[in-house]
Amino acid sequence: MGLAKTKKQAAIPATTSETRVSGPSGDGFAQAPPDLPKEVELRVYRDMLMIRRFEERAGQMYGMGLIGGFCHLYIGQEAVVVGTQLALKPGDQVITGYRDHGHMLACGMDPKGVMAELTGRRSGYSKGKGGSMHMFSIEKNFYGGHGIVAAQVSLGTGIAFANRYRQNGNVCVTYFGDGAANQGQVYESFNMAELWKLPVVYVIENNRYAMGTAVTRASAQVDFSKRGLSFNIPGEQVDGMDVRAVKAAAERAVKWCRDGNGPIILEMLTYRYRGHSMSDPAKYRTREEVEKVRTERDPIEQVRARLLATGRASEDELKRTDAEVRKIINEAAEFAAHEPEPDPAELWTDVVR
Amino acid sequence: MTLVEAVNAALARALADDSNVVLLGEDIGVNGGVFRATIGLQQRFGRERVVDTPLAEALIGGLCVGMAAQGLKPVGEIQFMGFLYPCIDQLVNHASRLRHRTQGRLSCPMVLRVPHGAGIRAPEHHSESTEAMLAHIPGLRVVMPSSPERAYGLLLAAIRDPDPVIFLEPTRIYRAVKGQVEDNGEALPLDVAFVLREGRDVTLISWGAMVRETMAAADQLAAEHLDAEVIDLATLKPYDAETILASVAKTGRCVIVHEAARTGGFGAEIAASIAERALLSLLAPPVRITGYDTVIPLPRLEQHYMPSVGRIVAAARKVCQFS
Ligand SMILES: Cc1ncc(C[n+]2csc(CCOP(=O)(O)OP(=O)(O)O)c2C)c(N)n1
Ligand SMILES: [Mg+2]
Repeated sequence: MGLAKTKKQAAIPATTSETRVSGPSGDGFAQAPPDLPKEVELRVYRDMLMIRRFEERAGQMYGMGLIGGFCHLYIGQEAVVVGTQLALKPGDQVITGYRDHGHMLACGMDPKGVMAELTGRRSGYSKGKGGSMHMFSIEKNFYGGHGIVAAQVSLGTGIAFANRYRQNGNVCVTYFGDGAANQGQVYESFNMAELWKLPVVYVIENNRYAMGTAVTRASAQVDFSKRGLSFNIPGEQVDGMDVRAVKAAAERAVKWCRDGNGPIILEMLTYRYRGHSMSDPAKYRTREEVEKVRTERDPIEQVRARLLATGRASEDELKRTDAEVRKIINEAAEFAAHEPEPDPAELWTDVVR
Repeated sequence: MTLVEAVNAALARALADDSNVVLLGEDIGVNGGVFRATIGLQQRFGRERVVDTPLAEALIGGLCVGMAAQGLKPVGEIQFMGFLYPCIDQLVNHASRLRHRTQGRLSCPMVLRVPHGAGIRAPEHHSESTEAMLAHIPGLRVVMPSSPERAYGLLLAAIRDPDPVIFLEPTRIYRAVKGQVEDNGEALPLDVAFVLREGRDVTLISWGAMVRETMAAADQLAAEHLDAEVIDLATLKPYDAETILASVAKTGRCVIVHEAARTGGFGAEIAASIAERALLSLLAPPVRITGYDTVIPLPRLEQHYMPSVGRIVAAARKVCQFS
């Protein structure tokens, strides 16, 4: 039967910190990722923790009925955006889909404004009219937040087109999921991007599921780093749970683009711990599967363990970071719960009539 | 039975009756669909007949047309109306024209099921009501039930129909209304409007989820001694003008209610044909109560967007006072 479940499981996040290169030059393994300098390691710890705590709080607030619409949490995938962001310079743009809270925080957007948008308040990034999936920050070069799966891929390609047109040296990082990778416009974008050598890094966040559909049930080629090969776009499979590997791969990719070589694909092998959205009973996978990744591969725990093992930070210092982060998230949540709702007159702003 | 259960029952019945019926869509099999409309069907009918597709709407649209050209009866599911647009190409350029292009040698017996409308606290493309866009396409049928009973009967009719049908399912009342539905395999007629309540003073016309508010408005009007006739359009294209014209000939007044944006909404089409064909029986201009020409807002503003019972009642009162 054509649709019979294949025995092969979805690619499990790599157990080593290696990255695999599947470029036109052939398959091979890059070296293990270099260690991070102390300040960087402390910073990524804090940044990832900020996203984790933000998302946990968003989940709670959704449960309390404070958040309407949809809410897709990023818990488990924090290393992807935090590591990638480290490779960017001011001016580089970021665009993603609807699982976007982590991307926004990594871009430096204010947790208060993001949380207030989730609760639909006037002081949210979209004045309470966009919600979880639709926020922008032109100042931080964050171009959304898009609810239509994969539509951001051609948008990001267009942003990269503008970068090339203006010769401004900027790179556009375009994030999308394993499910999104099966939409046609992804390949229309790949073709154009390679043809015009557009400076775009396609980051495929392979968290092994698109809603309730496991990668193996939806994809003929489950090595997403190879999805650009017929267009001559090189790709790398990256351990997306190891922030060092992410950072190193992102740096290579961004350099590739900035040097005028055109697009590149990074497949981040990652995992989402929570349901697809808040209303997902998650019956399509086992509790054990989730637990195994959590205990063995958690991106934040990895950094924490290293910081302690190397003596770069003490338990007390990490506790202090934890408390600082919690304070910021508490303030954001307070703010988001009490800001005024949008005025009904907002129905008529920013729309051609 | 709820409306979504009625959809499920009709799909099960169609699968059981006709081996040419194949369901396909994102997450419809293992997961049973985002609204659980197809729950249990893959277990019962197997993976070959209840197909989980990759995440690719343009593909779903095109697959349906190709399958239909071979005599299968595909029933595609789009998760939310806002994700339908990649299929529009296939609907406009192929599904709706297959019969015409082959001079009737092929038809396109496909159904695309699409959740419709706002009121479920979902943003933008999860709350769309762009039915007028679809009704504008020659060669397509556009159907929207407003009760479990009509969901069951009309969906069966749509699947049995030899031509393409877009079947819009009002999400707001998927579970909000219950009704007696006999799972007897009997279809209801397409292209026919249903008179849900007879009256002599004013005709209220609606479809989908808004039928609920429209019926509630009729109740309120009755308390004011205004006797409203309520018509559920049910099939938007081709729509049952005769039932509407007969009603307006009787009442002389009408209010058309839809949650879709006003400009170019399907209410405009109905109002125009009433003006063309029933002008002399009118005692007041036809009035539309609609959503606004803006992006469908998030929950905190949603109640300002959706046509309310109060707005419908006020409009009906006004046309009754007109002359
Ligand atoms: C065009 C379109 N089709 C369907 C959906 C509904 N939908 C939202 S997310 C999703 C799954 C996407 O999975 P993936 O790309 O792997 O991203 P992840 O959720 O894992 O981050 C689906 C089917 C949508 N938003 N847009
Ligand atoms: Mg995914």
